[in-house]
Amino acid sequence: MQNGGGDHFQSHYMPNTPHERAEMLGVLGLDSIDDLFTDIPSEHRNPPLNIPPPMSELELRAELQAMAASNYDAGSYASFLGGGVYNHFIPSIVRPLMTRGEFLTSYTPYQAEASQGTLQAAYEFQTMVCNLMGMEAANDGMYEGASSLAEAALMACRVTKREDIYILDTVSPTYRQVVETYARPQGLRVHVLEAGRPRLAEGAACLVAQYPNYFGYIEDLAAHKVAAQERGALLVVSADPVAMGMFRPPGELGADIVTGEGQAIGVPMSFGGPYIGLFASRKEYLRQMPGRIVGRTVDAQGKTGYTLTLQTREQHIRRERATSNICTSQALLALASAITMAALGKRGLRQVAELCYHKAHYAASLIGRIAGYSLPIKGVFFKEMVVQCPASPSVINRRLLESGVIGGLDISHIMPRCMLLCVTEMNSRQEIEALAGALSEFSR
Amino acid sequence: MTARQEDFRRLLMERSVPGRVGAILPTPDVPLQKLPDESLLRKDLDMPEVPEPEVVRYFTNLSQLNFSIDTHFYPLGSCTMKYNPKVNDEVAFLPGFAGIHPLQPDYQVQGALKLMSLVQDYLVEITGMAASSLAPLAGAQGELCGILMIQKRHQERGEGHRLKMLVPDSAHGTNPASAAMAGFRVVSIPTDGRGNCDLEALKKEATPDLAGMMITLPSTLGLFDQGIVEVCRVIHEAGGLVYADGANMNALLGQVKMGDLGFDVMHLNLHKTFSTPHGGGGPGAGPVCVQPVLQPYLPAPVVERRGADGRETYTLVTPEKTIGKVAASHGNFGVLARAYTYIRTLGDAGLRQVSENAVLNANYLLERLRKRYHFPFDRRCMHEVVLSADWQKEKGVRGLDAAKRLLDYGFHAPTMYFPLTVAEALLIEPTETESKETLDLFVEAMNAIDREAGEAPELAQGAPHTTPVRRLDEARAARRPDLRWQRDGG
Repeated sequence: MQNGGGDHFQSHYMPNTPHERAEMLGVLGLDSIDDLFTDIPSEHRNPPLNIPPPMSELELRAELQAMAASNYDAGSYASFLGGGVYNHFIPSIVRPLMTRGEFLTSYTPYQAEASQGTLQAAYEFQTMVCNLMGMEAANDGMYEGASSLAEAALMACRVTKREDIYILDTVSPTYRQVVETYARPQGLRVHVLEAGRPRLAEGAACLVAQYPNYFGYIEDLAAHKVAAQERGALLVVSADPVAMGMFRPPGELGADIVTGEGQAIGVPMSFGGPYIGLFASRKEYLRQMPGRIVGRTVDAQGKTGYTLTLQTREQHIRRERATSNICTSQALLALASAITMAALGKRGLRQVAELCYHKAHYAASLIGRIAGYSLPIKGVFFKEMVVQCPASPSVINRRLLESGVIGGLDISHIMPRCMLLCVTEMNSRQEIEALAGALSEFSR
Repeated sequence: MTARQEDFRRLLMERSVPGRVGAILPTPDVPLQKLPDESLLRKDLDMPEVPEPEVVRYFTNLSQLNFSIDTHFYPLGSCTMKYNPKVNDEVAFLPGFAGIHPLQPDYQVQGALKLMSLVQDYLVEITGMAASSLAPLAGAQGELCGILMIQKRHQERGEGHRLKMLVPDSAHGTNPASAAMAGFRVVSIPTDGRGNCDLEALKKEATPDLAGMMITLPSTLGLFDQGIVEVCRVIHEAGGLVYADGANMNALLGQVKMGDLGFDVMHLNLHKTFSTPHGGGGPGAGPVCVQPVLQPYLPAPVVERRGADGRETYTLVTPEKTIGKVAASHGNFGVLARAYTYIRTLGDAGLRQVSENAVLNANYLLERLRKRYHFPFDRRCMHEVVLSADWQKEKGVRGLDAAKRLLDYGFHAPTMYFPLTVAEALLIEPTETESKETLDLFVEAMNAIDREAGEAPELAQGAPHTTPVRRLDEARAARRPDLRWQRDGG
């Protein structure tokens, strides 16, 4: 039986009944719905549509719960996987606030008078991103960390009017691929440099670094700044916002443009998205920035209000001369991140960072003592570290899973038998010790 | 403004009181480790100190300053502001979906990959294409991917000189912006008097340097181009490929397949057609669907299904000649999960009805508004309709004024001054989830605004009067950018 009886399917999302449809068609002087579609070539009208029939919420929910439950999630397993996406604490207030219909189901705030909530929250987000990164101007967010970095590299080329992007080999390989995808069609060249003592050629537009780097270690940004400056190039940094709870922000160390993956602050891992790309720069480059920017101003009666601003950079005004094609971005995740930063605040952000640091270093001290394991990279790391294993990381990871542990990222294609291990405040001492115990089963 | 209203608009940093906390974190349960050298650590972290109840009240009060689909009719043309089903959000937040990491090996995330594989299948079926990639994170990124595929295909055939991309004058701004980002030269093609692509102008541009054309169907004028098959034929004959901007797919679900009309590649906006929430400006998702000719070039990764008969396994793979990766991960999975839930809920019958009701509602508004408003294209519209407020402008009420006045009547404004080719344009898209009663109320409001234009134009000129703020000084915002709170007031 179809819902509504007879052959007609009456969806709970659509109010029009067959009776009302007939009535409205009558107003149009038409007999059938088909009369509305006569502009479509008749030979292509009403094609077969091989999609399953409608399904009730009750049945569908059961099916999807089973589909979701077949995955190995960080709530049911102790996860030590990072590599750019992280399992961090999200306060309980974030989800109910961000999913309030007034935030969730509104559009990009082009009608400022009807969107003050979204706009003011965006201004808060921009403020906190600037404070966290030590920068002067931030936008309301990009798609995610990698494309945000790619747009920063393009921006550096616009600012310097140069075409050569230099990127350190300690930047995430995936991020480097995305920079390539964005840069190549514009005729820009991407060069990969060894991080030790980067040397830029003349005419370099920017030097791109990651902080902490892909392997979890703190880069010497001040030295990179000198290398960039010698060539008149900009320093572009992709930074982990969680690390900024304790480490010196890139803005203080000379970064000209700072990007980051904001997922770590307030956004679930969700198998890759939706996330929130952070984007901040020095004030002088503001007009070359991509993305939506919210500004504070006054209304016709002198009252403070917020509005999208500097829109002449954007595609809906500037079209093919825009700074980017970006339109719909990730505003809701910027909101989630802003709520999280507000809740964690000055003290919480520091605590989260230090918890990560202590737990990661505790894990390192345990694992470093297991025969056959070593930490091949020397230097200061934050919450991730490279561990060289006595066997293939993928083999070890399969065994770890049997002990209820999702292991680190297999990076043996970059460093032989190495895994990138991540420890956050979400990992208890018990989990860390269980990990070390399980690893020692492979020890030589 | 009441004292209470003043209070809840105070910013977080203005509320901050030293010593207050908004979250409690655990005491370290591991032995404390030696911290790095001081020189690496930050001295200060200038962030708010606000207790949890105040954070909750602050953001709740802020939310109430918004218009939204959940609270208002939101007929914003080209944006498809339809009802966003709540079950979709619930699914996206299931622990087995929200709590998985994108770098987990395939064998740990088979359920998620299966969902992605099915979304690929459904989108391919709906568009009549051959294959799909869910990687693009929004419509504009989908566009960029689509035309990068076209570019790479030309290059691999030794036709890298094809650098001209045609874009109709009515196109959304992202089309020319994406074409420019991909390194194309953009040439605008005019619209004829019927609202179709000007075929004669098109033929003049069908030269050997033609890469292709980006076409929105139905167009941003809310019209189905009556010559679309011929347009595709002309482009193909000149060696170009045709890109479809699927922003307006809400008009066509189950009515026609883009692949049958001659399109080679298209993107879909899941946050429009497939009801995932707009979130105040994202997240979206902009999957691309292609004909076989472009399949090897799809953005990475795509999900491949192996095996059959209940023993299927799913793997992420990189297409042979991929244009590359456009994001670190493999798509906005949470958005895909919502769209999947939506497609399954409506099913074949429901999806067809989406377009039927969306087109019916738009035509109903057109019919009921045509006495008082000027509709520059006197023909059947699709899911949205563009009117010109030029009759009202003669009385001193511009399109902008009418749009702002609608806010006072409790309706979100239509899209204003777009498409650029229509003077005083108001682009109205009611969507299928609105009832006849709501449409009738909207017509009454529009009629009242027209009456007011004759009797008291200052009402619209000074509108809105009832919103939390009045018209904002945008010139000042741009001239003296104030983009963050600063202790000294900046």
